[in-house]
Amino acid sequence: MILVNSGSVPRCGGFAVLVVAMAFSAGCATTNGDSRDPFEGFNRSIYGFNQSVDEAVVKPVSKAYKDALPQIVQTGVRNFFSNIADIFISVNNLLQGKVIDAANDGMRFALNTTIGGLGVLDWATEMGLEKHNEDFGQTFGRWGVGDGPYIVWPLLGSSTARDSVGGLVDIRVDPVRNHEPIVARKSMYITRAVSKRADLLDASRILEEAALDKYVFERDAYLQRRRNLIYDGSPPRDAARAAPSSGPLGGLQKPPEGEQAAWEYGAARTSNGYAPKTPRNYDAVLSASIQASAPNAKSD
Amino acid sequence: MLKATKRFVTAGAAVVGLLVAPATFAQETAPDVLVKSVTLEVVEIIGKDKDIQSGNQKKIVELVEAKVLPHFNFTAMTRLAVATNWEKSTAEQKKQLIEEFKTLLVRTYSSALSAYRDQKFDFRPLRAKPTDTDVTVLVRISQGGREPVTLEYDMEKTPSGWKAYDVRVAGVSLVANYRTEFANEIRTNGIDGLVKVLVAKNKGSTARTEKK
Repeated sequence: MILVNSGSVPRCGGFAVLVVAMAFSAGCATTNGDSRDPFEGFNRSIYGFNQSVDEAVVKPVSKAYKDALPQIVQTGVRNFFSNIADIFISVNNLLQGKVIDAANDGMRFALNTTIGGLGVLDWATEMGLEKHNEDFGQTFGRWGVGDGPYIVWPLLGSSTARDSVGGLVDIRVDPVRNHEPIVARKSMYITRAVSKRADLLDASRILEEAALDKYVFERDAYLQRRRNLIYDGSPPRDAARAAPSSGPLGGLQKPPEGEQAAWEYGAARTSNGYAPKTPRNYDAVLSASIQASAPNAKSD
Repeated sequence: MLKATKRFVTAGAAVVGLLVAPATFAQETAPDVLVKSVTLEVVEIIGKDKDIQSGNQKKIVELVEAKVLPHFNFTAMTRLAVATNWEKSTAEQKKQLIEEFKTLLVRTYSSALSAYRDQKFDFRPLRAKPTDTDVTVLVRISQGGREPVTLEYDMEKTPSGWKAYDVRVAGVSLVANYRTEFANEIRTNGIDGLVKVLVAKNKGSTARTEKK
C-alpha cells in the first residue's frame, strides 16, 4: 500500500475508471480461493498498480523527505497530525464505551494543542497519557461487525469491507478535510501522506526481505493487525495456538468444529463473527478460569 | 499493512534480545527474565558496535546467530507454519524446510535489527502460574510520540530451557503469516516447490547482503 489512512481521496473520475479497467483486464491472474479474499485477482491488480506508483513517486519523495529534513522537524510534523487525529480517537473510544481512554485522548489533545504548540510537541506522552489507535472501522468491529471481504484500494491500500465503510466516516470527519483554504488543505494532505510513508521506509525494506509473496504477506499482516487493534491488543487466544509439544502440529491438530476451511488456509483465527467486546474485567475472569481449570480445583 | 510490517522492524531489535549466554542462564531462568536479559544484552552490543550501526549486515547476522537463535525452537516454528502439509513431507523435506526457514528468519531479524534506534523497552510482568509450560512474554517498545509497539513471545518450556515458537509483533504472528504463504506455494508447486522458493529467496538476500 502506499498512503496508509492518508485520507486523500482521488477525485479525478477518469483516473479511477482507468484503474478499474486495468484491474479487470489483469484480474483473475492468481487466486488461491481464500475465503477471506474473494476478489484476490482484482485486488492483486490494484496492489500492483499501487506498487508502481509507490516505486515511481511516493517512495522517492518520502526518502528525500527523510534524508533532507532534520529529525526534529519530522517529529514535529508527525506529532502535529497525530494530535489532530486524537480528537476522533477520543470520539471512537467513547463510542466503544471506553470512557477512561476517551478522557485520556481528550486530555492529550487539550495539552498538546496548548502547551505543545498546536501539537508539534507531544508533552502528553511524557506525562503518561498514552497514545491510542482507534478509528471507525475498529469501532464497528467492536460493535460486532465482521471483516467482510479484503479489499485493496487504489493509493489507499489494504482494507476490508468493514474498514472501508469506517474509512469513509474517518475521511468525512477528518479535520484536515474541513480545513480552508483548499491550497492549505492539499498541502496538508500531501505532507501527512509523505510523513507517514517516510515512517514506513524501514518496514517496506523488511517486507521485501521477509515475504515470499508480498501481496499475501501484507494482506495477512493487515488482517491480523486489525483484529488485534479491535481488541486493543488482547484478542482471545486463537484456537490454533498451542504449545508445540501438545502434538506434531500444536493446537492445529484438532481444528474446532465447522472451522475446517479457515484452518486449512491457516487463517489462525476463530471466525469472522467474534464476540464484539472484551470485558473490562477480562484479566480477573481469565485468572478465575485458570484457577478453575487447575487440576485440584473443584468444579461444581 | 506496511504499518504492521513496521512492527517487525522494531520487533527485530527485541527478538535479537532473546538470547543471552545459554550457559550463564540455567534452565530454571524464568522466560520473562530470559527475554529481558537477552534483549538488553543485544541492545548494549549494538549500542557499542560502530560497524553494526553503520549497517554491516554480516556482523548483525552473526550477532543474531550467536545470541538469539539458541532461544528459538525452529523445528516447532517450521512445523506450525507448514501445518497440515508437515505430515505429508518426507524426513529430507522437513530437514530442508527447517534449515531454509531458519535462514530466512535470521536474515529478516538481522535486517530489522539494523533499523534499531533508541527505542525504550518496557518488560511487562509475566502473567502465568509457576507450573505453566506455555506462556507469552510481553514487551512493549515505546518510540517517542507514537503508540507503543507490542512484542509477544510465545514460549514453551523444554528440557533445554524456555524456547520461543512464535513472535507476534503488534498482534501479527510470524508463524500465522507464513502459514498462508506456505500453504499457497505448496498447493501450486508442492513441498519441493516451497523448498525451492525458500532457497532462491535466501540466495537473493545473501547476494544483497554481500553487495553491501
